[in-house]
Amino acid sequence: MTEKTVTELENSILEIEHRIEDLENASLKDNCDRSVEIKYLREKHERLQEKLCSKLTPYDIVKIARHPLRPLTADYVNMMIDDFVELHGDKRFGDDKAIICGLGRIGQERLLVIGQQKGKSTKERIACNFGMPNPEGYRKALQKMKLAEKFHLPIVTLIDTPGANPDIGAEERGQAYAIAENIYEMCRLKTPIINIVIGEGGSGGALGIGIGDKFAILEYAYYSVISPEGCAAILWKNSENAPEASESLRLTAKDLLKFGVVDEIISEPLGAAHKSPKAMANTLKSYILKYLEEIKSTPIDILIENRYNKYRNIGKYLEC
Amino acid sequence: MVFFRKKKDMPDGLWTRCDGCKGMVYKKIVEERMYVCPECNYHFRVFSRDRLKLLLDENSFEEMWDNMVPCDPLNFKDRITYPERVAAEQQKTGLKEAAIVGKGKINGKELMIGITDSSFIMGSMGAVVGEKIARAAEKACELQLPLIIISGSGGGARMQEGVFSLMQMAKTSAAIARFREAGGLYISILTDPSLGGVMASFASLADIMIAEPKALIGFAGPRVIQETIRRSLPKGFQTAEFLLEHGFLDMIVHRQDMKEELSRLIDYLQQTKNVPCEVQV
Repeated sequence: MTEKTVTELENSILEIEHRIEDLENASLKDNCDRSVEIKYLREKHERLQEKLCSKLTPYDIVKIARHPLRPLTADYVNMMIDDFVELHGDKRFGDDKAIICGLGRIGQERLLVIGQQKGKSTKERIACNFGMPNPEGYRKALQKMKLAEKFHLPIVTLIDTPGANPDIGAEERGQAYAIAENIYEMCRLKTPIINIVIGEGGSGGALGIGIGDKFAILEYAYYSVISPEGCAAILWKNSENAPEASESLRLTAKDLLKFGVVDEIISEPLGAAHKSPKAMANTLKSYILKYLEEIKSTPIDILIENRYNKYRNIGKYLEC
Repeated sequence: MVFFRKKKDMPDGLWTRCDGCKGMVYKKIVEERMYVCPECNYHFRVFSRDRLKLLLDENSFEEMWDNMVPCDPLNFKDRITYPERVAAEQQKTGLKEAAIVGKGKINGKELMIGITDSSFIMGSMGAVVGEKIARAAEKACELQLPLIIISGSGGGARMQEGVFSLMQMAKTSAAIARFREAGGLYISILTDPSLGGVMASFASLADIMIAEPKALIGFAGPRVIQETIRRSLPKGFQTAEFLLEHGFLDMIVHRQDMKEELSRLIDYLQQTKNVPCEVQV
């Protein structure tokens, strides 16, 4: 018997989900007990999901990170943050909807949340430019981060972008300058910063809100210097080689942990975050609380010194 | 002796075609004019070692950390392996890596200088380039010297070193931040082309931003932008002149005037004694 491919597994899982739903609906109608059958299907469902997750290639993970139903920054804000007060605008040019900023609480902890937002419906996606921020988005984030620094609030950034917007307007308004300035300022910002990749960590566009003291990544998120498609187009001269490029780039959470680039992998619920967003949000929330607890006890000067050393010492080379 | 770049920059023979005006120009004249077209002032790309000779006082350059070579943290393979690519580029350029850094003098004034060469894997930044730039900033801080970095990179961050190259953007920016905070003068010179991760980190974080005429400068490369927006790009888009107009440069300086301009800027801005700064490694 041949092994099932990922797509076949996914289809079987969906089919079982539909059958469970049908059985449940039927039971509601005629009051017959179908619990044994449903239980059997649920067990099978779980086994298949485990099997699916164990078979994923790096490119499958990239596709999960881009899954249309995957929870986005706005979803996490809704599920995790109490009393959220959104703050708009970079006070220079405009309000970029691809980056959400706002004040909020998790339990007793007050914080500033910054995250890239892709949008769910077509209309939303266009408004958010598919999560590709413009310079004004990075400048908005920086302006709010300075606010957090002034009022001693820790910052949590949620990273989810295919990359910074590559278009004419973005270049006219200094995309490279905006990202560089954010990196520069975040390296020395006198308040704790936690960075979490929740979906796509696309290159410089991710790094523009991605400097901090703790760096975690969700199990099926990725973080890469270039998109697999872009890499394949340049090095293989064909973007259809994206699966090979994904392998070569070592962009999965496991690779990043092995390299020591991320501090921790945050596990996702069975079948990935989009299968149970609520459970994912709860896990994420508990990790953020844990990190805040860890960071808070460190004096700010030491925190910044550690932050500097972390980036200063990264990268391997030979001196011969 | 001035070494001529062979590849597309300078074809063999006595005459060469100018990429600017497309006219044929006498190579020796171009060379005498610091690789600038006598007809249209087009600035040819210059090999990094030649550029250092053109800019610095004679025999004043002392290269530092010249024994650094890249390793292959990802075991990266596309159509060829990364070590194969590095070896081929080393062979082609005679360089060990895309960056050269060291100490030099301009009109007798000591300074730290770094340069990235766009002919070595597109001048892309991997761990060696990142480390050299960071060390140059730290050394400039320690010796209280001005820092000049000449960027030429069509590649930005080096794909073959994956996330490690992305992190060099953070490393260089952090080192530059410390240097500037300690009162150091940093001048960035953008040459054709300066794009991607290099532009989105150390190259755009200077006290004074200078570019050479007509240099291509930006975040995304023109081809990527064109593929994204699916229409042609406006004339002069992403040139030095475009950036000056949009307020992102202090000045555009002709190659022949570069040395004198740098000398003047250093005279104005460099304090003889900086506030003592701590170097933390």
